[in-house]
Amino acid sequence: MRRIGVDVGGTNTDAVLLEDGRVVHAVKTPTTEDVTGGIVTALAELARYPEVGRPAIDGVVIGTTHFVNAVVQRRDLAPVAAVRIGLPTGASLPPFCDWPEDLVPNVRGAVFMLEGGHDYDGRPIAPFDEAGMRQAARQIRESGLRAVAVAAVFSPVDPSCEERARAILAEECPEAAVTLSHNLGRIGLLERENAALLNAALITLARDTVAGFTRAIAASGIAAPLYLTQNDGTVMAAQAAVALPVTSFASGATNSMRGAAFLSGLADAMVVDVGGTSTDIGQLRRGFPREANSVVEVGGVRTLFRMPDLLSMGLGGGSIVTRDPLALGPQSVGYRLTREALVFGGDVLTATDAAVAAGLARIGDAGAVAGLPRELVGAVLDAARTRIEDAVDRMKTEAGDLPLVAVGGGAFLVPGRLAGISEVIRVPHGDCANAVGAAIAQVSGETDQVYRDLDRSEAIALAESQAQERAVANGADRASLATVDVEDMPLAYLPGNALRVRVRVAGEMAAPARRAD
Amino acid sequence: VRPEPITLDDIEALAVGAWILGTGGGGSPYLGLLNMRRLYTEGHRVERISPLDLEDEDWVAVVSNMGAPLVGQERLTDSRNIARAVEIQEGLLGAKFRAVMSLEIGGGNGIQPLMAAAHLGLPVVDADTMGRAYPEAQMTSVAVGDLRPYPCVLYDPRGIEAVVTSVPSWKWMERVSRRICVELGSIASTCKAPRTGVEVKTWGIHFTLTKAIGIGRRVRAAQRRHEDPVAAILAEARGKLLFRGKVTDVARRTTEGYLRGRVIIDGLDEDRGARLEIAFQNEWVVAWRNGEPLVMSPDLICVLDTVSGEAFGTETIAYGRRVSVIALPAPPVFLNVRGLEHVGPRAFGYDLDFRSVFA
Repeated sequence: MRRIGVDVGGTNTDAVLLEDGRVVHAVKTPTTEDVTGGIVTALAELARYPEVGRPAIDGVVIGTTHFVNAVVQRRDLAPVAAVRIGLPTGASLPPFCDWPEDLVPNVRGAVFMLEGGHDYDGRPIAPFDEAGMRQAARQIRESGLRAVAVAAVFSPVDPSCEERARAILAEECPEAAVTLSHNLGRIGLLERENAALLNAALITLARDTVAGFTRAIAASGIAAPLYLTQNDGTVMAAQAAVALPVTSFASGATNSMRGAAFLSGLADAMVVDVGGTSTDIGQLRRGFPREANSVVEVGGVRTLFRMPDLLSMGLGGGSIVTRDPLALGPQSVGYRLTREALVFGGDVLTATDAAVAAGLARIGDAGAVAGLPRELVGAVLDAARTRIEDAVDRMKTEAGDLPLVAVGGGAFLVPGRLAGISEVIRVPHGDCANAVGAAIAQVSGETDQVYRDLDRSEAIALAESQAQERAVANGADRASLATVDVEDMPLAYLPGNALRVRVRVAGEMAAPARRAD
Repeated sequence: VRPEPITLDDIEALAVGAWILGTGGGGSPYLGLLNMRRLYTEGHRVERISPLDLEDEDWVAVVSNMGAPLVGQERLTDSRNIARAVEIQEGLLGAKFRAVMSLEIGGGNGIQPLMAAAHLGLPVVDADTMGRAYPEAQMTSVAVGDLRPYPCVLYDPRGIEAVVTSVPSWKWMERVSRRICVELGSIASTCKAPRTGVEVKTWGIHFTLTKAIGIGRRVRAAQRRHEDPVAAILAEARGKLLFRGKVTDVARRTTEGYLRGRVIIDGLDEDRGARLEIAFQNEWVVAWRNGEPLVMSPDLICVLDTVSGEAFGTETIAYGRRVSVIALPAPPVFLNVRGLEHVGPRAFGYDLDFRSVFA
């Protein structure tokens, strides 16, 4: 298997060629304003190695923070028609009711609220108002809106109202791109609807961006299918990913954790990713990042995305050291490290300078920091250690000692011994862990549903088989599927042993010949 | 009688404080808060009155949203439904309500009376019947007072109006109304048996709205100033810090329509080496430290995020959370023999003699 993984970060675009489980080449280039420029450069650098492309590359997998940045920066968002199906319930809390005011004008095109939806047990709340849906579809067509988000009450239990709405929209305004909330989320109408609204707002940008990625790959002479990585460390074929841009929101952080798992060979470990400005800390469980349980805000919008549970702090290789009193970060010289740090002839004392002075890193001119007072160097590294140690302990959810994988360009700041950690592991290519994570990404399927009148093991088994079908439909090889996550929650007050079960399975990408489509 | 305005800032604080007083249950107040923000934007305003200012013969509507919190995340709270339940009850009563009041200040029901009040133009009585959240109809101060449990109105926005006209006891009210609620999709807007002014003065748990707002204010202020919000709650509500630690196990099961289970917390800081186990039935009920009973209902057990001071619910608590477990004093009405029959440890199936951490 030969795959190219690409990570488009805020500062660098990294690319790696992975062959039969081994990193063959890795390149790093600056990210460009148009995003695709950096990819073109990175792929061109990689293509300079004569063996790249022979034998054929099985896939190019790209991880990008482009879509989440569009939301955070409020740019390139399309106006959306929101369709809520659930009247007569929930009428006083219409779509967009908890959005930040500065984002609403960018996204709210129109709001339609219709009768329909289901109760938790699948009984209809009211018959779906199909005539109203048809009328709404016509108004959407006439208004010129081309992005539609549909959310029905309890659609994760019964998606039929959302699916019927899509069929009617296809008849009345076939050019509209339709996002259905049950494809994105879990129980929690407002948060699931918000995800659908954001997704609809991003579809045009996603199409353009993916078209740019495709051109960049073609321009580099590589003939291979394109995949985008998802928040959960798995991939989606670019064609499918275009329809669900929000599911790639947190893929950068996920990829670096997955890459750390791969490079270290560990499935259960803490991961510390130290960049130039910030450090992300998370926990690997069965080779995947542990997910956040709670509501996640994206650009001020409450959502329930599948996001890794991360602790981020302002500490990195470029963190600026101030004295009296001693402080490390959160200010950082960032991408100016190679000009402003002492070891590069600059006049700013950074964490990197202290690490070089202590012999922990070999970067730039060690002579430039030879005169730093030993106590100062020690104090800076102690400050880094204390903060990393505290953050690791916060994120660790098991009582016993766990190994820790240190990755990222500033991994030298992670001390060799930490409380609660059995071993600190550093790996070759750890500075490109994110691109490695993209290259190795798997294909997943998930269900989240309420089951009644089944015992716990029956309900979980049923959920697993449903998740497996979804994974295969997403392009996974059935034989390689394994269950990644099972979560069950008995529902208070509900009779019939009601149990909410969420299951996620993942497996290798099906080989092109065996792919279902 | 001088009604006092409730500001939107008060309501933002109420959402935080009511969630803490929910002692793990009662559902998140977030959707109620969204409704109130909208109503205030539309120009509605709500006032509170002291329970002591009620006339003996005034009628007070006692309201709550009944059902499973998870269903409430899909069938979103609509402020008009609770107002409708009050109107139906008023029709049965044949008299005008003077004010509305919360059944339980803890959780989402802390905000329900404000929604009804906004639509109906009535003030909210600064009181409730639990001083926290409890799972069952007979776990209230008015049940301890053996006041009449009926009629109870349940309303569903599909145009379903159900009334439990008569029952022999509060326990029967629980059983019958719960069955109706489940049939409606495990969610219903309810207006409980109307209470007279003298009943609220005698049996209501007073000033709990003010208390919830006060707790929420202190937490929000501490968060803004990056001070310890847990310490702020303890100071505001005269509470006791019982344990600090990290959640290491959660076991949940549904039995007889309730969420039951246990949480294990391993100690940190001064509690390192010790272990706290908390049992819950929708709300936190009893906690044992190293196997010895430490705190139990009716003392309020609150499990808070050590950093943010915000409450964890029994449905949302998860492995790895850093928590501070605190106790807040129980309303005195629950501390005598009759009160303990309704809400003491034996009412939840634990063969323990109640001993307060504040005794």
